[in-house]
Amino acid sequence: MSHEGYLLLFIAVLPFVGALVPGVMIRAGRTACASFAAVPTALAFILLLMLAPSVMRGEVIQAELEWLPQLGLSASFFLDGLGLLFAGMILGVGLLIILYARFYLSHEDPVGQFYTYLLLFQGAMLGIVLSDNILLLLIFWELTSLSSFLLIGYWKHLPEGRQGARMALAVTGAGGLAMIGGMLILGSIAGSYNLTDILEQGDAIRASDWYMPALILILLGAFTKSAQFPFHFWLPHAMAAPTPVSAYLHSATMVKAGVFLLARMWPVLSGTDAWFYIVATTGLVTMVLGALIALFKDDLKALLAFSTVSHLGLLTMLLGFGTQAAAVAAVFHIINHLTFKAALFMTAGIVDHETHTRDIKRLGGLRHLMPVTFVIGTVAALSMAGIPLFNGFLSKEMMLEEASHTYWAGSAYAVPVMATIGALLSVAYSLRFISHVFLGPQRDDYPHKPHDPPFGMWASPGLLIVLVLLIGVAPFVADGIVATAASAVTGAELHPHLKIWHGVTPALWMSVAAVAGGVVLLSAHAPLDRLWAAAPRPEAKAIFHRLVAAVVGFSRWFTEVTHNGAISRYLAIFTLASVLVGWMAYRGSGLPLPTRGLLPVPPVIAVGWILLIAATAYVVVVHHNRFQSLVLIGIIGLMISAGFVYLSAPDLALTQISVETVTIMLLLLALNFMPQMTPKESSMGRKLRDAIIAVAAGGSVGALAYAFMLRDVETISDYHLANSYEGGGGTNVVNVILVDFRGYDTYGEIIVLGIAGFVIYALMRALLDGPAARRLRTLEFGYNISKDRHPLMMVVVTRVLMPIAVVVGIYIFLRGHNQPGGGFVAGLVIAIALLMQYMASGFFWTQARKKIEYHTLIGIGVVIAGLTGAGAWLYARPFLTSSYTYVHWPPIEEFELATAMLFDLGVFLTVLGAVMLMLYSLSRIARYAGETVNVEPMDYDPGERAEEKVEA
Amino acid sequence: MMHWIILPVVLPALLAPLIGFVMRHDMTLTRTASVAGTLLLFAISLGLVLLAADGETHVYRLGDWPAPFGIVLVLDRLSALMVVLTAALAVIVLIHAIASGWDARGWHFHTLFQFQLMGVCGAFLTGDVFNLFVFFEVLLIASYGLMIHAGGTRRIQAGLQYVVANLAGSTLFLFALGAIYASTGTLNLADLAVRVAELPREEAGLVRVAAMLLLVVFAVKAALFPVQFWLPGTYSNAPAPVAALFAIMTKVGAYAILRVHATAFGPEVPATGDLVGDWLFPAAIVTIAIGAFGVLGARRVMPLISFSVIGSMGTLLLAIASFSPGATTAALYYLVHSTFAAACLFLVADLVVTRRGSDLLNAMPATAQNGLFAALFFGAAIGMAGMPPLSGFLGKLLILDALRAPEVMPWAWTAILVGSLLTIVGFARAGSELFWKSTSIPLPVASPGEAAVDAAVVPATPGATPLEIAPAVLTIAALVGLAAFAGPVAGYLEDTAIQLFDRAQYIGAVLTTGGEG
Repeated sequence: MSHEGYLLLFIAVLPFVGALVPGVMIRAGRTACASFAAVPTALAFILLLMLAPSVMRGEVIQAELEWLPQLGLSASFFLDGLGLLFAGMILGVGLLIILYARFYLSHEDPVGQFYTYLLLFQGAMLGIVLSDNILLLLIFWELTSLSSFLLIGYWKHLPEGRQGARMALAVTGAGGLAMIGGMLILGSIAGSYNLTDILEQGDAIRASDWYMPALILILLGAFTKSAQFPFHFWLPHAMAAPTPVSAYLHSATMVKAGVFLLARMWPVLSGTDAWFYIVATTGLVTMVLGALIALFKDDLKALLAFSTVSHLGLLTMLLGFGTQAAAVAAVFHIINHLTFKAALFMTAGIVDHETHTRDIKRLGGLRHLMPVTFVIGTVAALSMAGIPLFNGFLSKEMMLEEASHTYWAGSAYAVPVMATIGALLSVAYSLRFISHVFLGPQRDDYPHKPHDPPFGMWASPGLLIVLVLLIGVAPFVADGIVATAASAVTGAELHPHLKIWHGVTPALWMSVAAVAGGVVLLSAHAPLDRLWAAAPRPEAKAIFHRLVAAVVGFSRWFTEVTHNGAISRYLAIFTLASVLVGWMAYRGSGLPLPTRGLLPVPPVIAVGWILLIAATAYVVVVHHNRFQSLVLIGIIGLMISAGFVYLSAPDLALTQISVETVTIMLLLLALNFMPQMTPKESSMGRKLRDAIIAVAAGGSVGALAYAFMLRDVETISDYHLANSYEGGGGTNVVNVILVDFRGYDTYGEIIVLGIAGFVIYALMRALLDGPAARRLRTLEFGYNISKDRHPLMMVVVTRVLMPIAVVVGIYIFLRGHNQPGGGFVAGLVIAIALLMQYMASGFFWTQARKKIEYHTLIGIGVVIAGLTGAGAWLYARPFLTSSYTYVHWPPIEEFELATAMLFDLGVFLTVLGAVMLMLYSLSRIARYAGETVNVEPMDYDPGERAEEKVEA
Repeated sequence: MMHWIILPVVLPALLAPLIGFVMRHDMTLTRTASVAGTLLLFAISLGLVLLAADGETHVYRLGDWPAPFGIVLVLDRLSALMVVLTAALAVIVLIHAIASGWDARGWHFHTLFQFQLMGVCGAFLTGDVFNLFVFFEVLLIASYGLMIHAGGTRRIQAGLQYVVANLAGSTLFLFALGAIYASTGTLNLADLAVRVAELPREEAGLVRVAAMLLLVVFAVKAALFPVQFWLPGTYSNAPAPVAALFAIMTKVGAYAILRVHATAFGPEVPATGDLVGDWLFPAAIVTIAIGAFGVLGARRVMPLISFSVIGSMGTLLLAIASFSPGATTAALYYLVHSTFAAACLFLVADLVVTRRGSDLLNAMPATAQNGLFAALFFGAAIGMAGMPPLSGFLGKLLILDALRAPEVMPWAWTAILVGSLLTIVGFARAGSELFWKSTSIPLPVASPGEAAVDAAVVPATPGATPLEIAPAVLTIAALVGLAAFAGPVAGYLEDTAIQLFDRAQYIGAVLTTGGEG
């Protein structure tokens, strides 16, 4: 990268770096903020001027940094004639605006923010005109939309500002997104996202099938940004921004981004019929329409905004013509429009600032009160009108010249006539600006007594009208830059000579007609204005708002109807979707032939099966009664356990039966606090619907299970069977799978159980802090509460069972590795034994005899399991690698010690802790619900009575 | 001996119960342990990224059993990436939860948080489909606990929907696993890939059903149409830091689709190749639309963000649906981006909503630090909407660029671009209502009557401390960094995607070599 390349990079980065400062300096005051904004701008401008001579010689300065090569996105910049022209405009006008805004904004406004946004925008805009990569250009393009959103909404307390900002963002954002599509297509045709590469492939691109989509999408981006009909409506509403913003973004720079893009893409995209008809026609319509509306606007800034729309249309039209001469005219008019329009906006800002109104109908006669402003405004407006000796005249003549020999769909008159009408309207509104603001009698009802502003405020527009006059009188001063920029646009070496007098040409007559017609039109303004006001015309803002409201309304309706919060519907959709995709997946293929036959069904099994089906069916019938359903579910669980027994899976049966017992017990306890019945909420139709879905889903699952039970397949279980004893040290392969082959799964599952314990505890605490606690306090247990809650018989039996159950639990635990059993079941068995104590003697009594906290039990269990697994690391083995040995301690017979047992101990403790924590949580709820505390093991103790008798 | 691989699971699994039963009575101790553990996890995960950077597939055989008979953990670039993403997000979210005091508003926050990390990391590291189910359970139950943290009627109601929807998913997962085991006899992913590839299509009925059921299961997690319904209610009602952490939960679903379906049921597998992408693609398109409409139509901030998450998942899965290394590179970049973007939005929204006292999108008097919050929200929103200069724009460009095959382009591009527009408009409306319009509303005058009642309900909250703001700023910084270093990041992701689709390498590493464990 050359030395100049680095300078170019520096120019591109400067505004962004500088943007950080004013925001931080906000407390230092307006002048400090303005200065800190001006320094990077000025520096960048000076650097740009240093690069200018090489560019004027025809060199192109390039700089590239790699960014995202996978996408073809690089941070590459180049500076050619067109870039130089625009960068100069952006930085030059930027400086003037910074100065102007210093005086325009009041000290109540957050000035630091303003300058930060302004510099962000400046950087983004500079990025657009310097990008040598269209993806990079897109990034900067969207950044201008975002920064202009912030600038338009700068006065955030004003509704117009907020609406205007959103409208601008929506319209230009939409265009930007379309442009993303267009640029990606363009890049994919050209095989590169580098602008320099793309610019060389014009012929290939125009010949491509994808030319039209790319063109339309890119034009959408350009037209929305440059406010072309029918996307012009956002620009006037963006005028809610402070005037410096309007002058900078909405006349000089951002709105020209679309025009810039048309110019940039000119060598690639222009030259086709589609280009001519779309671009030139849009421009022409926009030019005339904008000028017409401008004539009838009473708000000074609105008038200028529509005039800007009109001039942007003019530029678009010129570029749409597709000829080199038209391109020269466009480039020249870009410069001229910049000078007079920025000056006019600042003039309008001054008038607003001094008189506190922008309504033309309340102004007039300011020429004596504000002589300096009058001179500046008049010179700029005359230039806008296209009066000779002002620069606007020159480029307008060139435009009319080009229009005069342009055919549109075979017609020689369409374009010239429309162009003349546009020029005529332009004369009319320009003169109206002068006469209705400055001329006429002085009034005494201005909202504020006006006088000329301080020098700092009129210095910027003053400098601009010097340029207006200079170029107007001596146009050759602009020869160099126009030639360089126009050459860059067209890709051909051009040497235009700008001059005032071209002889008596059709353009001259068109100009004369325009000026004369404009004066006539202005003199008839008052009646025309009444007519305009009375005429029905579509209000773009209202249409836009209706459109947005409609889309928002639809979105809201759609979202709220689909996401209505009904879990039953979500589940129905989930179930149907699963059945549907499963079926569709199956449909595309088939199954291998069955390898197994059906087994005979002995009568006992048939009975069990019928019981299972009947219980299930009965749940469907009585599900409103929670207690009955629970009992039936218990039956179903038992039948499944029996099934496991029959199919020789004692481990599963043991587990299933203890899980069933614990869950049913806990559920029964929970049922205490719930209504006895679930409400009947479903209509008949819904029940039918649900029945169909349920049958479809159940049938599908049944079919799936049936399909795979009939087929054998070689499984990894064969290995487990073969290696259980050798490798895992256990003959019970189920247990070895659980604690060894797939001990990691078990580790996860006990953690699930432990977490469930924690969650239930946390949930209970949360519930008892909330409104549920109040409901519980007022809960009536009603008829079904027993007078003898802790009956003697139960207390005695459970006490007797306790040691037995504990011994059984220990036995099951110890034999687990070789016989059906294991830590999981053992944990459940002991939990059941403890549960029974709680049920028999009440929570408080039992709790008082508890030695260890349940949280700790879970914690220790999980930690033991984890540490057992990690212990293998000490022997340089992976997590959960087991080891076993046989020991012989007389007088006990030789027995096996396996690390897997320690792991199983973790399982045991976690299971026990989790179940007990759940119980604890339930009993806490019971306490809230007013259950009394018993300190005695049973309510009615005959032993005490006997003692009393003895004492008596 | 590479025990590093299992540390992201074992570390939080040991720490969580310790926090739960030893430290639960001392908040300071709990917080310190939790932060230290999470930072350590982050350090470990960085180590794993370095380990995986050599391009090998590292296999850790649990219990020292050979694959496919035992369970294996598999570390490659993709799993390392997901783990490091989880850990980074966890650090950020944890700081927020502590700084904002959310962790003290209920019980066992840190225990559940660590278990949650264990579940997520476990799901990312496993090479076994049944073990994936186990970790789905771990992260589901832990996330349920986190989701209902601090209680409240609406939250508990939404929590029920969350857990019911996901339990339905788990049930289906079991059906799918049953079908897989019955038709291939294995649960190891690499072994499964080998056996499925050998199946002729005419006999692959069960496997095909299983593949699609698994897709539905993962789609539930990833909030894909038509099983996305649980997400808005859950995320909107979850405590904000939890919602921010959940940004990684939807990614678990996306990751599982990538991992399982690309490895075992990918496009080149005769039995199932035509299935997955064809279903995923239209579903992703609809998901984008649902997300976009939801953002635009939202009446509250939290649902707005939740729907934007749905939209981003649609975009992500649209890219995944191609099952090609190129599109997967784009998808992974967007995955990382959207994780931080979603988290950022929830964290910023939490700062605002706790101070406003309501998440309704209406004009209320401006809170303290309105300007700061507005700036953060602006940053977060352009991140989520995919506008420059943050990484979302690059992510979207990568995806658009990857999806330019003529048969998918019109649909994909239209969905993404129009979806973006609606999202941008939705966020602009919300932001202007929350931060701009509020400046025009005067503070309620403390007069007797309604105003006084309001003031009592919504006490004037103090501004956010630097520690409260730091996590949101960190997430935005992550988005900036992701954009600035897009080249190197995409380079890594490209290697990641290529490795993912190199099935032979994966299978070989898992099934034949001695492994590192």
